[in-house]
Amino acid sequence: MRMKTFPMGGVHPPENKISAGEAVQELERPARVQIHLGQHLGAPAVPVVQKGDRVRVGTRIGEGKSFISAHVHSSVSGTVVKIDDVIDASGYRRPAVIIDVEGDEWEEGIDRSPELNREINADADAIVRRIKDAGVVGLGGACFPTHVKYMFPEGKQADTVIINAVECEPYLTSDHRLMLERADEVLVGVQILMKAARVNRAIIGIEANKPDAIELMSRKARGFEGISVAPLKVQYPQGAEKQLIKALLNREVPSGKLPLDVGCVVNNVGTALAVYEAVQKNKPLVERVVTFTGRNLPRTGNFLVRLGVSVSAMADHLGLDIPEDTAKVISGGPMMGKAVAGLEIPVTKGTSGIVLMADGAARRREVLNCIRCGRCVSVCPMGLEPWRLEKLAQLDRFEECEDVGAADCIECGSCSFTCPSARPLLDYIRHGKANVMRMRAERRQK
Amino acid sequence: MSRNLVLSLSPHEKGGESVQKIMWGVVIALSPALLASFYYFGWNALRVVVLGMLFCVGTEFLVQKFMMKQKTTALDGSAAVTGLLLAFNVPASIPWWQLLVGSIVAIGIAKLAFGGLGKNPFNPALVGRAFMLASFPVHMTSWPKPLENVWSFGVDAVTAATPLGKLSEGGVAALPNLGSLDLYKDLLLGRVGGCIGETAAIAVLLGGIYMLVRKIITWHIPVVYLASLAATTGIFWLLDPGKYADPLFHLLAGGAMLGAWFMATDMVTSPMTARGQVIFALGGGVICGLIRLFGAYPEGCSYSILIMNAFVPLIDRGFPPRRFGKEVKHG
Amino acid sequence: MNPVIVYSVVVLGLVAAGAAVILFVVAKKFRVDEDPRIDEVTEMLPGANCGGCGYPGCRGLAEALVAAADKGDLGNLMCPPGGNDVMNRIGEYLGLAVEEAGPTVAVVRCGGTRAKAPAKLDYDGPERCAIAHTLFAGESGCPYGCLGLGDCVTACDFDAIHMNAETGLPEVDDEKCVSCGACVTACPRNLIEIRPQGRKGRRVWVACLNREPGGVARKACKAACIGCGKCVKACPEKVQAITLENNLAYIDPAKCIGCGKCILACPTGAILATFEPVKPKPKPAAAEAAPSGS
Repeated sequence: MRMKTFPMGGVHPPENKISAGEAVQELERPARVQIHLGQHLGAPAVPVVQKGDRVRVGTRIGEGKSFISAHVHSSVSGTVVKIDDVIDASGYRRPAVIIDVEGDEWEEGIDRSPELNREINADADAIVRRIKDAGVVGLGGACFPTHVKYMFPEGKQADTVIINAVECEPYLTSDHRLMLERADEVLVGVQILMKAARVNRAIIGIEANKPDAIELMSRKARGFEGISVAPLKVQYPQGAEKQLIKALLNREVPSGKLPLDVGCVVNNVGTALAVYEAVQKNKPLVERVVTFTGRNLPRTGNFLVRLGVSVSAMADHLGLDIPEDTAKVISGGPMMGKAVAGLEIPVTKGTSGIVLMADGAARRREVLNCIRCGRCVSVCPMGLEPWRLEKLAQLDRFEECEDVGAADCIECGSCSFTCPSARPLLDYIRHGKANVMRMRAERRQK
Repeated sequence: MSRNLVLSLSPHEKGGESVQKIMWGVVIALSPALLASFYYFGWNALRVVVLGMLFCVGTEFLVQKFMMKQKTTALDGSAAVTGLLLAFNVPASIPWWQLLVGSIVAIGIAKLAFGGLGKNPFNPALVGRAFMLASFPVHMTSWPKPLENVWSFGVDAVTAATPLGKLSEGGVAALPNLGSLDLYKDLLLGRVGGCIGETAAIAVLLGGIYMLVRKIITWHIPVVYLASLAATTGIFWLLDPGKYADPLFHLLAGGAMLGAWFMATDMVTSPMTARGQVIFALGGGVICGLIRLFGAYPEGCSYSILIMNAFVPLIDRGFPPRRFGKEVKHG
Repeated sequence: MNPVIVYSVVVLGLVAAGAAVILFVVAKKFRVDEDPRIDEVTEMLPGANCGGCGYPGCRGLAEALVAAADKGDLGNLMCPPGGNDVMNRIGEYLGLAVEEAGPTVAVVRCGGTRAKAPAKLDYDGPERCAIAHTLFAGESGCPYGCLGLGDCVTACDFDAIHMNAETGLPEVDDEKCVSCGACVTACPRNLIEIRPQGRKGRRVWVACLNREPGGVARKACKAACIGCGKCVKACPEKVQAITLENNLAYIDPAKCIGCGKCILACPTGAILATFEPVKPKPKPAAAEAAPSGS
């Protein structure tokens, strides 16, 4: 059977799923955590604790006060040391709650039993409320507050929930392990999301390089009404929201619009699990699975990490020193992830993986003139002209950038990946896109 | 860890494509035609190829180092490829100094004056050739007979008209074996007069297929160019077969193959999208056909490509790729 | 006479005459009546079209000036490259009073040289401050400091700012700077400020914009402003030109008298000046010491 995929563009970076066989391990209790207040898209949470306060696992320490915001919960029990600026993946220091860990006491009301709870008693509104209370955000990397996604504006409705289990980024295997180890809970989570969206159909998209997950999830999904599994061709960026919707439903989200405008809602498979835990076990989002990997590491792994734990704890657990030839540390995958300043950064809701790169791979090649080969155009999944956007953005001609579609760029990096002249296309396109957004914001204000 | 970490924006992975690989791929693709040229034209072919490449690389080096006072890119391979292609587009008996003039125009004017690699609107080798044709019409239209004493010295080359030349001068009557298998075999294998790289159509075709397989070029330009050339000449041949040569002849004769596979597909001077490339090749084939049939020159390939090069920015503007989500599609 | 010559002359003559008539009619019919003062004022302006006045080119400013003259008040209109000379001439021509403004210059408010703010990271990407600014705080770790990639240098039309290869910071050439503000806009961290040149070119400024607490700021750069406030105390009571807010000191150029006392007081060397501050002579010790043996 011809596997579904998106028809336009895309590249195939080496998959490097070297940690796919590593079962998820839980890390030792840390001595201290630094939990950022801005772990999601939208306004950062406002701290509701202060120095000296005692907290337990699941205590709300930050409140999302604006419409697009999310709550933040303590992932440990202990005492708040201070609220201070701590470096995160953005490269800048951002406010975080720093907690000294004592014991592992959880908030009352959180169900820690491992039994599967298949009965979904809450109705759609109650589900959305519980998701909001638990501080669940998109765990695929964008960290959009999940409850907001399910608060449909007047007149809009959906017919399908799409679960993004594609994990198209090279190296990352956390979603893969999640499906292999916690398939039942994921599927209940999907049912909950279906109920919240008021739909009776859900499709789980999985890339073909995870045949064991496809087989397992397909088999288990038979026990859940309305849920089907769709294998997808291994093509980057298969997991990009718009491309996934096109591949699975053959619908194109129009420029500037949302998936809901074509009748669907998309969530990462890890988010589905977090939703299960939030709604069925009353457990807020306090931990997530993170892949720790790199070609120059003797061992790699997938870890269940409490939020706020320093990334270096994963290396410690593996008994590893950071290899001397490590030249770059990436939070996320190598195609869209952020290069970070070191391993001291704490794990946040958006940390899907940490990839180490050695010297040779870490540096960019020498930049040459554009040879007008057109490969960037042929790989762009959004049908843009990266060469033209680069030229315009370099000259700061932002109105023209807007005309040529800078705002539609999903920043997948296929263009820069392909360019034979090693031109930093995406760097300039982002520059153009950021300024186009700024211009649009200024226009709205007038 | 003792060293500083590297920070850059995503993506942090790089694909395998590089300018060097593309250039070497083109050179390898040109080698069948190169070998064919040695076989048919001997020492002269070797001389022209070596000098062409030397002059082009030398011009780039000297101009960049001493006139533009910047780091030279002469050894990146692009000037060498231009030199090779320029050599392929001239007769084997061309005097060395004429080739020098052509090289200086090709690199100095058509390439460097516009900003170097990637910035030239016109195919440099074709500009050089066009300049030489206008400046040295006699030498540029005297083709030595292939295979005759081509490896001996001191023997003056015997010139002979090319099939296209004969057609242009004397019409269909000048080609008594038109339509016969022998003529096509000669054209395919290169047993005819012509510029050193264009005669052996099969060698050019082999190279073209190699480039397709290596994904250096796509099929759109060569196939559409040849198809539209065949269609243009075919229409008139169908209307009056006694007056016009058949399309297969036109495809195999002259520089059509070389032009379609190697000159029109030059990345820098051709459109960026498949749609644009089809328009470009369509126009090129039609113009080439019209020049051959009704123009003053027997061969129209170089001019057709140069003319379409001028339209490329317009084509790129007018035929952008389809934007995702522009027309609302529902499955 | 040769008929070819006759025909040529006649035909060309007719063409020329026809063209002249068309041009004359069009010029008359489509004439735009403009205030002649605009052309005059445009002539008086430097003609650099730098945009420092905030108007599109010198002609744009000329139009605004003439419009303002009709209202009777020149307001804030000013040509930075032209300076007082040009503004006075224009004021005289338009019949309006012009406020004399002191000469200004662009000042780079960062002292994070390669030595003082050593690189802890290696930036690999396009040489654009605007782009690097979105990626990270900077190679030294200071999120407010100069990124050293030269957007300001590229923006300058007057060749007045250049990167110092040794320090990694831009340096302004007083002579060439016309205060057009292009570098101010170009810097994504707002490090460059147009400040008065100061009496005899003496000016003092806090070369730091770091608002983080002192300890954090110092980790990234040894010359950071730690917000200790010693400069505020050192500033003479009658002057009081320095304010401290959010761990950062700021010297108000309008009040500063250029005495340099704050420079000596600053423990990190965050305050820079165009001159060497004079250290006060040590007090003689003889008056203090008790004579021995008494």
